Amino acid sequence: MLRAGDAASTRAPLRALLVTAALAAAALLTAVIALGLGEMRVSAADVVQAIVADAPPAVETVVVQWRLPRVLLGLVFGAALGLSGAVFQSLTRNPLGSPDVIGFDSGAYTGAVVSIIAVGGTALVIPSALAGGIATALAVYLLAYRRGVHGFRLIVVGVALTALLGSVNTYLLLKAELWTAQMAAVWAAGSLNGLDWADARHGAAVVAALVVPLLWLGRRLRMLELGDDAAAAAGVAVEPVRLALIVVGVSLSAVVTALAGPIPFVALVAPQLARRLTRAPGVQLVPSAVTGALLLVSCDAIALNVPPQALPVGLMTIVLGGAYLVWLLVAQSRKEMR
Amino acid sequence: MTLEASKVTFGYRDRPVGTDLDLSIAPGSFTAIVGPNACGKSTLLRVLSRLLKPTAGAVLLDGKAIASMPSKQVARRMGLLPQTSTAPDGITAADLVARGRFPHQSALRQWSRADEAAVRGAMEATGTTDLADRLVDELSGGQRQRVWVAMVLAQETGLLLLDEPTTFLDIAHQIELLDIFAGLNDEGRTVVAVLHDLNQAARYASHIVAMRDGAIAAEGTPEEVISADIVERVFDLPCKVVPDPVSGTPLVIPLGRAQRRG
Repeated sequence: MLRAGDAASTRAPLRALLVTAALAAAALLTAVIALGLGEMRVSAADVVQAIVADAPPAVETVVVQWRLPRVLLGLVFGAALGLSGAVFQSLTRNPLGSPDVIGFDSGAYTGAVVSIIAVGGTALVIPSALAGGIATALAVYLLAYRRGVHGFRLIVVGVALTALLGSVNTYLLLKAELWTAQMAAVWAAGSLNGLDWADARHGAAVVAALVVPLLWLGRRLRMLELGDDAAAAAGVAVEPVRLALIVVGVSLSAVVTALAGPIPFVALVAPQLARRLTRAPGVQLVPSAVTGALLLVSCDAIALNVPPQALPVGLMTIVLGGAYLVWLLVAQSRKEMR
Repeated sequence: MTLEASKVTFGYRDRPVGTDLDLSIAPGSFTAIVGPNACGKSTLLRVLSRLLKPTAGAVLLDGKAIASMPSKQVARRMGLLPQTSTAPDGITAADLVARGRFPHQSALRQWSRADEAAVRGAMEATGTTDLADRLVDELSGGQRQRVWVAMVLAQETGLLLLDEPTTFLDIAHQIELLDIFAGLNDEGRTVVAVLHDLNQAARYASHIVAMRDGAIAAEGTPEEVISADIVERVFDLPCKVVPDPVSGTPLVIPLGRAQRRG
């Protein structure tokens, strides 16, 4: 017999809910701690006080004006990367199919560099990075298209395009004027340094605008996991939905690249970590977002405070994610050898 | 509920399959589509289930063109068991069956009692209730196929389209599954299945459509369609047809080279 409790628990798995709540709590807690770290140490209680009520002007300035936008963007961008990774790993049916691996971040970076060089400043960086990311995604999609897009082909094409774009990016930097090149090179490391409230507002607004369609697309993404035919038979408009998912997924990681530079591996790692922790089947959008937020905000706090000199968070995520990637490649090749 | 193909021309960009084909599925019937490999039977089923858009003509559901209906609305009336589908890693049978409720749900109405009842009913009808909490990856081929059938049943459609539902199953599981379809048909659902085995088609179907080269070569009751000369014409297979000793339906006995010589 299928007991009512069983069915309820399988539809809204308690474990997944609890794990997600715990991850969210951990992300917020890390954020509060991160806000207190730095040259001026502030206790967690004072941090909360400064955010929700009045605090001494010095504390207010440091915590709310200087540190809060960065930490907020750490949470928001981490969530955006987690979502983007979840969307693409589900679409490609492959844990390697994340936007940083299949070239979309490189494309967004190319867009950003081109606009920095052409405009001579960062005024048009967000739209250019979005355009670069989406153009790359469409190129990968079309190059990989043969009666529908097969996940593995998408990854191989994406990896090839990443290498190509890498050389384009290097070429652009070499040709650019020194000052511009430096600005663009700093960008390449992927860092939340120097992000202020204006950036935080822009970034959060774009991410929020992209999350809205995901509410609608997410349920269709779950149906796509069953195969194109099963999804179409259940009433999903397969190709338009897939294209919309690609555009939203690329945009989510491109907006991060636009404001902070390419931050690798969060999109790759977060969905897999979320899946293992929740033990829920298939794509897990909310847990991936929360895991991404926790990963990025803690990596940024570590990069900023642990080494003798502050590092860009991109370096930190490379170290963590690189180790994971090696493990994943070994595990995948073992699986295929069998 | 009637399903009709009216003068449909269909195929893929580089390979046209059928031209000006007419087909009408009677409500409450169990229609089997048979034919040699690459005769277009699965492609026709894809057209009927609107997975493939015909280049000309229309598929009508109760007289209305399905191409002009919202796809979720079609999905609430017509379910399809595709030839290939994939279960997400780590999904349980009950979770997979629950995904069949998609066309009945919306962002505002996510999981309701009706969904719960539909899932339970579908699992009971397919004998998969005991598998509810098992991982789909770990089920046997026959069990897994029954779970997929349950998912389509959970869609609660009056019309079921099945694309080679018994391929890859052993004979016992084939019969088990066909019995399930026969039971659903008895309860009033219209069933359309692409089948390979003529004897099974003759035994279970009320109506047989025999296809060859993208066209309908013969159509009618099993007794009308499964005859020695039609089978030879459609499959290029010399054979004898005798009454099935159990059911009395036509039974095809193929003649190999040895029998033909003698």
